[in-house]
Amino acid sequence: MTQENTAMLKINNLQARVENGTPILKGIDLEVRPGEVHAIMGPNGSGKSTLCQVLGGRDGYEVTGGTVEYQGKDLFELEPEERAREGLLLGFQYPVEIPGVKNIYLLKEAYNAQRKHRGEPEADTFQFLKLVREKLQMMQMDESFLHRAVNVGFSGGEKKRNEILQMLVLEPKLALLDETDSGLDIDALKVVSEGVNKLRSPDRAIVLVTHYQRLLSHIEPDFVHVLSAGRIIKSGDKTLAQELERSGYQGIIEEAA
Amino acid sequence: MSANALSQHYAEQLRQVRDGLPAELPEWLAGRRRGAAQRFADAGFPDPRQEEWKYTNVRPIATKPFATTATDVPVASDALAGLGFEGLDAYRMVFVDGRFRAEFSDLNDLPEGATVQSLSAMLGGDAARLEPLLGTLAHDRFSSFAAANMAFMSDGAVILLGKGVRLERPIHLLLVGAAGSPATWSHPRILVQAAEGAEVTIIEHYADLEGASGFTNTVTELRAEAGAQVRHYLVQDHADSAYHVGSVFVQQRRDSRVTSHNVNLGGRLVRHDLNIDLTEPGSEIELNGLFLVGGRQHVDTHTRVHHSSPHTTSREQYRGIGQGHGRGVFKGRVLVERGAQKTDAQQHSANLLLSPNAEIDTKPELEIYADDVKCAHGATVGQLDETSLYYLRSRGIDAESARGMLVFAFADEVLERMELAPVRTSIERRLAARLPEAGAMDVIG
Ligand SMILES: Nc1ncnc2c1ncn2[C@@H]1O[C@H](COP(=O)(O)OP(=O)(O)OP(=O)(O)O)[C@@H](O)[C@H]1O
Ligand SMILES: [Mg+2]
Repeated sequence: MTQENTAMLKINNLQARVENGTPILKGIDLEVRPGEVHAIMGPNGSGKSTLCQVLGGRDGYEVTGGTVEYQGKDLFELEPEERAREGLLLGFQYPVEIPGVKNIYLLKEAYNAQRKHRGEPEADTFQFLKLVREKLQMMQMDESFLHRAVNVGFSGGEKKRNEILQMLVLEPKLALLDETDSGLDIDALKVVSEGVNKLRSPDRAIVLVTHYQRLLSHIEPDFVHVLSAGRIIKSGDKTLAQELERSGYQGIIEEAA
Repeated sequence: MSANALSQHYAEQLRQVRDGLPAELPEWLAGRRRGAAQRFADAGFPDPRQEEWKYTNVRPIATKPFATTATDVPVASDALAGLGFEGLDAYRMVFVDGRFRAEFSDLNDLPEGATVQSLSAMLGGDAARLEPLLGTLAHDRFSSFAAANMAFMSDGAVILLGKGVRLERPIHLLLVGAAGSPATWSHPRILVQAAEGAEVTIIEHYADLEGASGFTNTVTELRAEAGAQVRHYLVQDHADSAYHVGSVFVQQRRDSRVTSHNVNLGGRLVRHDLNIDLTEPGSEIELNGLFLVGGRQHVDTHTRVHHSSPHTTSREQYRGIGQGHGRGVFKGRVLVERGAQKTDAQQHSANLLLSPNAEIDTKPELEIYADDVKCAHGATVGQLDETSLYYLRSRGIDAESARGMLVFAFADEVLERMELAPVRTSIERRLAARLPEAGAMDVIG
């Protein structure tokens, strides 16, 4: 089997619920191969963020069935930090504010954790700053953001830019971006999309959760999936997103029922 | 009769003080010291039945036979070197067991109009200047400890700044305890007067030499006259076996500004009282505090901010971290008097419990007798935020480092208000070393 045919992420009949709560994910199947971009769309509350958080390893969710393989390994065997170091990075729908921890400090710790994991020496401060400045520029962010506490007092759009800044520095193999486009103005959407497009490469994959076709005109997906009530009810190519934009979810949901 | 009545041991020490006051002592001072001795003899040590001492039983102090020292103990100067703040360019006064040690001190190049001396030297010379300053803010009736300090007073620091005198370099008062058998108690007194428009930074810094486990009972009286600016650092970095009670009294006049940084890292049993009186319009105080309690440490801080004049401002932020079996107490009282209109008082106390056996009590107390005021307060005791932890982990940072980062960040939000970088950096290091989970922090940016 060649590299291209091997799934990077293989989700098989995944079921999950909030701990001791009602089921949210009711059997998800999804395969993501290197080089691909997948978009996941779906109504509010359908389970998109839950899927992302379960893949990220957040406490408070319980996997009640199914399997997830990431690069051939059982994903659930890995701690959240191990998943990240193995290249699975989650862009949060609601990035967390962390008072007192400077952005640059988080970036450096995260960057070095990854290097250490790969058996590489820690980056020296000078080299690292150079790298970060480059990425800042791509995101059209002012250098002052480095010295501010992580996301504290950032506007909604600035938080999203910051998520992508982290991605550009950490270069994930699989980026899971949960509504990274929400709350962005038209120019910011372009900047963020360009940032995401920089991550595209034959050996990386991207999963975008979005409500808007607009993002997908900047970042062309190879596949579009519709998640509804905890299941993927329809998959297609980018034209599916255009169809949704025109006629909404109702028709598809009824068709699937 | 107090449950912590004076033991035979202390009653005897007091009697010796009362009977043995030196003949050359100015009458006003002899009178004050005799009065204080009487007060201490009558009151004994504070008792947990007293509201102000509810959370802190000083029985371990009351039952130990601490001795006073009358001679200079030998100290190697390199033993002191490790206690300082790396890179700090400051005037320096060193005290060992409460006694001023000129050989370790450096008061060269003081500008005209600045008097910085040991209390003992001052009393041997220009004692009359101290009559209005010594024991006039710190009344014996404030607490038995303040009375004991006056009764047993032997030395301390006097810092008097004339009108408009600005000290470019801070004054570092390093008060260290030495190992001794029996352990000693010392009663340093620090007097500060910043006249109109004067400016000074004072670091009141307590530490211990190897093996010390004494008791330091200090009183600081600080006056900021009109337009004066005083930055006061109170750094308690004693050995974990040491005892410490400190009372600070601040009186502020028109448009004066005082900043207080109170950091508690060490000590077995520690009590601080900070009493601020904003007596004239435009006076402003900023109080920043941090305490870390681990092991079996007990640290109790009481602050009282008295807005006795209109148009006065106080900003207070205290943070506590409890680990191990540590016990912390913060009680912050803000009193706005009738007529103190346009008072602006904010107080916030945030506390972090890192262990199920640690305990922190926080108690804000607002008493407001004026109607046109802006007062806010808040107090929290909680654990590390799970969502923040997860966010850091989701970036590849292991759980332990993530915890360390968050705890350190919590503390650093107080420390970063310190203007003196060498002091701040050095405290950050000592703090990190005391937080097992923080590991070696390499703080950049
Ligand atoms: N921790 C939780 N506790 C209780 N309910 C939860 C929790 N997390 C998710 N849910 C519920 O699970 C469902 C799916 O939520 P999720 O956030 O995954 O939706 P989503 O598809 O991302 O929606 P949106 O488009 O609004 O972001 C919702 O009904 C939500 O209320
Ligand atoms: Mg969502």
